[in-house]
Amino acid sequence: MRLLNRSAGRLSRHRRGPLAGVAVLLLALLSVGGLYTLFSPASADETAASADQVAQGRELFLVSCAFCHGQNGEGVRTTSGDQLGPSLVGVGSAAVDFQVGTGRMPMVQPGAQVPRKPETFSDEEIAALGAYVASLGPGPAVPDEGDYSLEGLSDEEREAAIVRGGQIFLTNCTACHNFEGSGGAMPRGGYAPKIRGVEPRYIYEALLTGPQNMPNFSNGNLSPDEKRDVIAYLGSLEEMPNYGGFGLGGLGPVTEGLAAWILGIGLCVGAAVWIAAHTTRTNKKKVDA
Amino acid sequence: MDTSKVATSNATTAATASKPSKIGALGNWADERLGLAAMGKKNLRKVFPDHWSFMLGEIALWSFVVLLLTGVFLTLWFVPSMGEVQYNGTYEQLRGVHMSEAFASSLNISFDVRGGLLMRQMHHWAAMLFVASMMIHLLRVFFTGAHRKPRELNWVIGCLLLILGTLEGFTGYSLPDDLLSGTGIRAADGFIKASPVVGTYMSFLLFGGEFPGESIIPRLYVVHILLIPGLLLALVAAHMLLLVYHKHTQWPGPGRTEKNVVGYPMLPVYAAKAGGFFFIVFGVTALLGGLLSINPVWKYGPYDPSKVTAGSQPDWYMGWPDGALRIMPGIESEIWGHTISWNVMLPILILPVVMFIILLLLPFIEAWVTGDKREHHLLQRPRNAPTRTATMVALMTMYGLFWAAGGNDIIAIRLHLSINQITYFMRAAVVIGPVLAFIITRRWCISLQRKDNETLLHGYETGIIMRSPEGGYTERHLPLPASTAYTLTARHRDPEVNGHHEAVDANGVAAPGTGRLEGLRTRLRTLMWSDNVQKPTREELDEGHHHAEHEHELQAGLDHSADGHQFDGHHLVEDETLRGH
Repeated sequence: MRLLNRSAGRLSRHRRGPLAGVAVLLLALLSVGGLYTLFSPASADETAASADQVAQGRELFLVSCAFCHGQNGEGVRTTSGDQLGPSLVGVGSAAVDFQVGTGRMPMVQPGAQVPRKPETFSDEEIAALGAYVASLGPGPAVPDEGDYSLEGLSDEEREAAIVRGGQIFLTNCTACHNFEGSGGAMPRGGYAPKIRGVEPRYIYEALLTGPQNMPNFSNGNLSPDEKRDVIAYLGSLEEMPNYGGFGLGGLGPVTEGLAAWILGIGLCVGAAVWIAAHTTRTNKKKVDA
Repeated sequence: MDTSKVATSNATTAATASKPSKIGALGNWADERLGLAAMGKKNLRKVFPDHWSFMLGEIALWSFVVLLLTGVFLTLWFVPSMGEVQYNGTYEQLRGVHMSEAFASSLNISFDVRGGLLMRQMHHWAAMLFVASMMIHLLRVFFTGAHRKPRELNWVIGCLLLILGTLEGFTGYSLPDDLLSGTGIRAADGFIKASPVVGTYMSFLLFGGEFPGESIIPRLYVVHILLIPGLLLALVAAHMLLLVYHKHTQWPGPGRTEKNVVGYPMLPVYAAKAGGFFFIVFGVTALLGGLLSINPVWKYGPYDPSKVTAGSQPDWYMGWPDGALRIMPGIESEIWGHTISWNVMLPILILPVVMFIILLLLPFIEAWVTGDKREHHLLQRPRNAPTRTATMVALMTMYGLFWAAGGNDIIAIRLHLSINQITYFMRAAVVIGPVLAFIITRRWCISLQRKDNETLLHGYETGIIMRSPEGGYTERHLPLPASTAYTLTARHRDPEVNGHHEAVDANGVAAPGTGRLEGLRTRLRTLMWSDNVQKPTREELDEGHHHAEHEHELQAGLDHSADGHQFDGHHLVEDETLRGH
């Protein structure tokens, strides 16, 4: 006890030291972070949405979402009859997880396209928002990691899944998202975003809920396994080496043409200028005749 | 007297016959049977003038050689067949997928043939460079007036090479039968079907039935590796024979006339330069092929009419008709139950043909307008033919805008614009842009002509600021060196035009050719020349020099070495010393 007192006294002597504030802050951050990782909800499916969570979600919803989506998520129409924000009844927590988790919602301003941006809410708050919106009416839930990973498949099955996913991708997705998922233009300033490097969970949720201009690929349309295969194919493109060299943004012939003109013709014409500038040298030694 | 020791040349030592070498004997053997010496004596010493812009056509020639070399390699493994096979090669993402033999063999070349992907990519990059370099060569020829008599027919051959090169490129990127090339053929099928009355029949003829059928790949293959390359080779040969026959044009300058060519001989100078340039072009193609991915067919997958990808564009040289198609308003009309698709016909079937005919006729139109029947071997600087330069810049602007419209979706996503607004903008820009470009370029050229005259009459700016006793500051001008002044003035005066066609000339003789066409011709002649600035006359030059001399006299006391103007690049500096007065 004396020992403790003594060390406490020593600590106390430093309590006004220049580093004390920083040390205490670090300690506090570490303990909060540690506790957070211990208690944070693992996934929406595991923990049934508690009444508390729904209540918390409603609080957040009223502050951040209700202006456009209505106080009960019923949607808001403008006086001219346009939709300010659509009804959220039945969109499920998957839609919330996608829209809020990728930072698209809350949106900065209405427009042709809601761009992806750094997310506003923490995972916990997103889960609460999702729980609240899910309570408005039945809708797709946030998928489990098992839904979109190839864990537990044999090598052959994996390969088959990737091949199948590639064909589904080329049939259903490339028309807007481009053959490499580089994105493409949509009418009036909209665009199908680049989907290379997007987290599998969000791709799965986008397929399920059909955000913005994207059609909805319900489970009856593309089965969960097929959705998983598409994600696996996109993952395989990521892992694949660039066989042909630098990919020029994966945008097709436009960037290839630019490269041909700027690099190819640039280098060749530069060489022509260089060759023409270096002409023959005559031997200056005079011949004694 | 030993005659073998008598000098037969003006060199320092007497020429003596040495023992014939083995190579000499071989050469003699060949000469006696083929007559090479007489031919070589003339042609190996053929003189070419030296300028970087004369080597642009060479880029096309050498990339064509790269195309032939890599193309032969590719034919060894490519299977031009639409027979269906199941892919079982190295590329995992497509293993087990059913595809045409053409696509399977393209994957095979890319992944299983050693060096195959490099050859495919080099072939494709060389094709892009081939067409691009033909175009910049064409621009150089037109801007410098090298298309004038006697070279009009070589211009026509060049234009044919350009259109054949474009078609060769189209058939080439259609062959792998991947999603992108299939989409291209599908589009071509649509274009053919858009021609009134015969469209459907022509499509059936080309595809051997309904699209896609099974014959299009083998047919395109024959066109791609036999028919068009044969024509290209023959036309390249004709193009170069005419080049040799006409002799190369040159820039005007002291000692250069319409009747000579000043430059270096083929051997050893141009053989080394051109040979070296081949290796550079080959190297650039290899560099691009090795480092930059082009047409990654494995990512597109096999063609399937039910699939399409965003960013489906043709290769760049087909981009401008595609752009025209993209911005064309959707106009259709129906005549006796038949739909006429103006929205496809105008931008794809009519516009490119009209543009090509205009291109083909440019030298003839110019000759008709100017009535110039003289031969021209000295080039013109672009500024000295303002209307011609402006015409080509207007055409280039139109091309460029159509071209940009062909990439409207990529522009939209990369620059965060609305594809609709790009389309509306382009619809207006393709009409307004060329007109603006014409006016601006023409006035710009005339200003440059004026600047040349200014320099001729008042000398060049030395950068030396003189202070007069009164305290005023002036920049000192010095006369141009005689050779530069000669080069600037070595051009013809443009004929005088008064803006209206006179049926009877000053002597009462009826002018040849009257009528509406002649009126148009007179108006065009006026447009061609009326605003041009003519080079100064001898009197003006003399007066200018006189004036300058007077000024120099006033500045005489200040004229010493330390002013540094000797080192401005216009003077010989051998005997000058810096601050050595």
